[in-house]
Amino acid sequence: MTTASERNPIVIVGSGLAGYSLVRELRKHDADAPILLVTADDGTSYSKPMLSNGFGKGKDANGLAQATQYSMAEQFDLHLMPHTWVTALNPQAHQVLLGDHWQSYSKLVLAWGAEVVPLHLAGSGSGSVYSINDLNDYRAFRAALTGAECVAIMGAGLIGCEFANDLLLGGYQVEVIAPSATVMPTLMPEQAARALQNELEALGVTFHLNTQVDRIEQVPAGADGGVTLALTNGRHLQADVVISAVGLRPRTELAQQAGLAVNRGIVVNRALETSAPDVYALGDCAEVDGQLLLYVMPLMASARALAKTLSGERSEVLYPAMPVMIKTPCCPAAVNPPPVGAEGHWQVEQDGNHVKALFNNPEGKLLGFALTGRFTMEKQALSRQLPALHNAAS
Amino acid sequence: MKKWQCVVCGLIYDEAEGWPEDGIEPGTAWNDVPEDWLCPDCGVGKEDFEMIEID
Repeated sequence: MTTASERNPIVIVGSGLAGYSLVRELRKHDADAPILLVTADDGTSYSKPMLSNGFGKGKDANGLAQATQYSMAEQFDLHLMPHTWVTALNPQAHQVLLGDHWQSYSKLVLAWGAEVVPLHLAGSGSGSVYSINDLNDYRAFRAALTGAECVAIMGAGLIGCEFANDLLLGGYQVEVIAPSATVMPTLMPEQAARALQNELEALGVTFHLNTQVDRIEQVPAGADGGVTLALTNGRHLQADVVISAVGLRPRTELAQQAGLAVNRGIVVNRALETSAPDVYALGDCAEVDGQLLLYVMPLMASARALAKTLSGERSEVLYPAMPVMIKTPCCPAAVNPPPVGAEGHWQVEQDGNHVKALFNNPEGKLLGFALTGRFTMEKQALSRQLPALHNAAS
Repeated sequence: MKKWQCVVCGLIYDEAEGWPEDGIEPGTAWNDVPEDWLCPDCGVGKEDFEMIEID
């Protein structure tokens, strides 16, 4: 017997890498299930990882677009609603609120991603900071670069460093400001971080570490535009464009309002099931069995498992060790940080800016690594020695 | 010789060219590329590549 709810579509919220990867995988298992994809933007499919190396690849915003919403809808037989915001969830009734219309679903997938951590800066120029988290952001950012010479980047994490390298390749002068003592402090031990910093400096990046931006003031009209950044260490910098790359946090608000379990992200188990029946979360908004990993590999593994589940074969994702590659062409790097709080120590082999840092526990078992330069080639061999992420905790 | 494309970032693996930076010799068939090889641009695995026809 087919109930009314089974005839309702699978509703996917979000057309980023998570939403579209799920669609692609789902259609491999089920050609017929009705799918409604709701997205706040225009539904263009684009390469998210390439937002931070567009200059290196010679691509502008249009170049990063892979398919329009129309061709995605046609290729995967989707009902696609662009420029549509979900404003509430009602898991008991199996409905989501789209504007003033309650849409029923058979299954609901929250794939709405993460947002840039907001900064609360003082000054007349604090509103003109760019954060780049989707294709529209990138388009606006590239437009702002027209005629610009100097870009200031707040944040020296993975994205900050990738943008620094890419903007140098684009011919810009780059200043990086971050409160940490080294670059990528959560991903790399000091020696590897110094190597990467050295290579970026050799290329022309200026780092301002151990300090933060306090105020951003618009340069008075009549001057050449741009802003002045006042740092907490007393220094002042001029820049034409400012980027915030201080990190992302999963979007959890609507899920929380609907009573779903939320921690750092929307809490799901290894089958991507939230605390509400028939509601799933995928990608940057999801905390999967305690793991919050805003990277491509875990997202793709999760999309494959969820596609099977949605087509009737309940499947769990098991995260293997997943190295993260850092797209800094001036100094290739790959990391697989040890679990937070793991006992052990770093052992470092170094030849100039080629660094191989291995994190071993007291029994000598490899738990993580950071590689730069030519040692990056060893990432696969080392990853094979690492415990699976989801087993590491148990 | 065939070509395979990363569905995430569009990178193309050309069997004729291999991927010497990762020690994969020119002429290496897709099946013989190590199972844990990762897309050099975006880091996804082999299962996220699809065969494509390119002239």
